[in-house]
Amino acid sequence: MNATPAPILMMEHVTVDFDGFKALTDVSLSLSPCALRVLIGPNGAGKSTLCDTIIGRVRPSSGKITFKDEVITDLAEQEIVRRGICRKFQTPGVLPTLSVMENLLVSARKNRSFFRTFTTKVPAEERESAESILEKIGLTDRRDVIAADLAHGEKQWLEIGMVVATDADLLLLDEPTAGMGPQDTQRTAELILSLLGRHAVLVIDHDMSFVEALNGYVTVLHQGQILKEGSVAEIRADPEVTAVYLGRSDDDDAAAA
Amino acid sequence: MKLTYKHAIGAVVLLFGAAAPWLISGYELSLLGRFLALSILAMGIMLTWGEAGILSLGQGVFFGLGGYALAMHLKLEGLNLANGDMPDFMVWSGVSALPRLWYPFANGFFSLACVVIVPGAFAAMFSWLVFRRRVGGVYFALITQALALAFSTLVISQQAYTGGFNGLTDFSTLFGWDITSLGAARVIYWITLVLVVLAYMFLSWLLSSRFGVMLRATRDGENRVRFLGHDPVPYKVVAFSIAGTLAGIGGALFTLHSGVVSPALVGVVPSIEMVVWVAVGGRNILWGAIAGTLLVNFAKDQISSALPSLWLYGLGALFVLAVSFLPTGIAGLFQPDTAAERVVRRMLTRTKVRTAE
Ligand SMILES: Nc1ncnc2c1ncn2[C@@H]1O[C@H](COP(=O)(O)OP(=O)(O)OP(=O)(O)O)[C@@H](O)[C@H]1O
Ligand SMILES: [Mg+2]
Repeated sequence: MNATPAPILMMEHVTVDFDGFKALTDVSLSLSPCALRVLIGPNGAGKSTLCDTIIGRVRPSSGKITFKDEVITDLAEQEIVRRGICRKFQTPGVLPTLSVMENLLVSARKNRSFFRTFTTKVPAEERESAESILEKIGLTDRRDVIAADLAHGEKQWLEIGMVVATDADLLLLDEPTAGMGPQDTQRTAELILSLLGRHAVLVIDHDMSFVEALNGYVTVLHQGQILKEGSVAEIRADPEVTAVYLGRSDDDDAAAA
Repeated sequence: MKLTYKHAIGAVVLLFGAAAPWLISGYELSLLGRFLALSILAMGIMLTWGEAGILSLGQGVFFGLGGYALAMHLKLEGLNLANGDMPDFMVWSGVSALPRLWYPFANGFFSLACVVIVPGAFAAMFSWLVFRRRVGGVYFALITQALALAFSTLVISQQAYTGGFNGLTDFSTLFGWDITSLGAARVIYWITLVLVVLAYMFLSWLLSSRFGVMLRATRDGENRVRFLGHDPVPYKVVAFSIAGTLAGIGGALFTLHSGVVSPALVGVVPSIEMVVWVAVGGRNILWGAIAGTLLVNFAKDQISSALPSLWLYGLGALFVLAVSFLPTGIAGLFQPDTAAERVVRRMLTRTKVRTAE
């Protein structure tokens, strides 16, 4: 056996406090490069907050986040992204008046200096990468449609495409299948699995069939704390998880629908 | 470049524009020249408000900076400074010696450089300070309005240095050229027209560049842009600075046309009027900004000469009508892309587009 590779991301004892309400309490988590991690938990467990904290949208009141051996806890948002982390938001965060292609090209910019934008030429490398992602997310024939006009599922894919286009080493995907039918959910699972060779991916989702399709290492979050970590089968079998989450997941889904 | 019917229309409009001195009366020409000067400023508002989503209610400040920078030279030209000569209004206010700030403006080239540089640099500095702190939207609009109020108050209160309420007027020559003659009026008109065309071409290019895309991206979702690894601040600052520069150039040209620059043109109300021109014409289409400026100002000329007290009500009504029924302005009516219009309308009804949850 090889030694386990050094983690790409480490959260150590992270606590997030919203004016007295602890959305995360002493959370420690480490992610391996090019690997998949699935984060589940009931509504309000703090899953989105965990992503927000990694990406700098929310600042922890205590604890430390290390990415590729660099402490990123206090970096500006765009600096964190430039280190190689990109996030998909729970509500699709596409740029509504830009076309699908423009959305991808904004994301695919290799050199993010604004001096380089005083040109109408897009570097061939960026265009090619955008084209190939366009094909991957199945929006090739929608390339000139403005993002606001996409169906909900298409927006989800576009945003996944944007996140991939940044070529970040760690992708955080917050509920990428929300609002999708079973068929689209299956395609999304395949899309995510196809990313793993190159990127580490953290996926948040509610849908257990999707989680099973991904079949990655699972972390269960409950009331801002890590309840359990393990394979899908282990999580399925865990009585505590079943009590707080799985047993109720049908009700939750019904309520959310 | 492929020639389309749009180019043909543009060419015809330009041709009429260039031939205007022979087609319309001298009075009408002087109005058209002034309004074209204003339309340079309006294109800047289109850039910041329409494309970058930054509403400024203080463009009059940059207009004024450009106007005063040129007017200060016009007041000094022909005076013998070594002899202790001073502009007329300073003599009347009992100023003993020409203020030091005024001296460099004796040089026409310095003055022209200031017309371009001072408003642009001030706009860049001001907006950087504000945007860096992530202040935007309505708050930014309010700050710029306060700026306009402060600027006009300052100009009025410093009577001895600025000509106070009356402003600077009574110019005669620029680089030794008599600017009061009819011939000069035509030349100034053509210069204005050329600058309108240059500004139009520059902005068309800018908006089609990657910068333009980044600007619209920032308008759509400043946070999303940040979370894609871009710093939105420089895009907004550069756009605001370009708008400031255009306002300054417009102000200088307007001063040449009208022969006066005064606080009445730089305060809160004129700054709001400027936004109305663009709202009426269309804030996402470059020619809409020009058309709106000409249309509203010719209407103002007609209405305020007939019923002066009515104009402000008319202006308010126009703004409300344009914003609620024609969010993309008159130019939007000619725009086949209704999808973009729908989105702009949606954005108008919300103070901020929440793309990043
Ligand atoms: N900015 C905030 N201020 C105060 N409370 C917040 C804030 N953001 C989130 N919360 C609270 O923190 C808790 C965790 O929220 P979070 O969005 O992380 O949950 P989640 O696990 O993503 O839930 P869901 O499955 O519904 O997306 C919730 O109780 C929420 O109300
Ligand atoms: Mg969430």
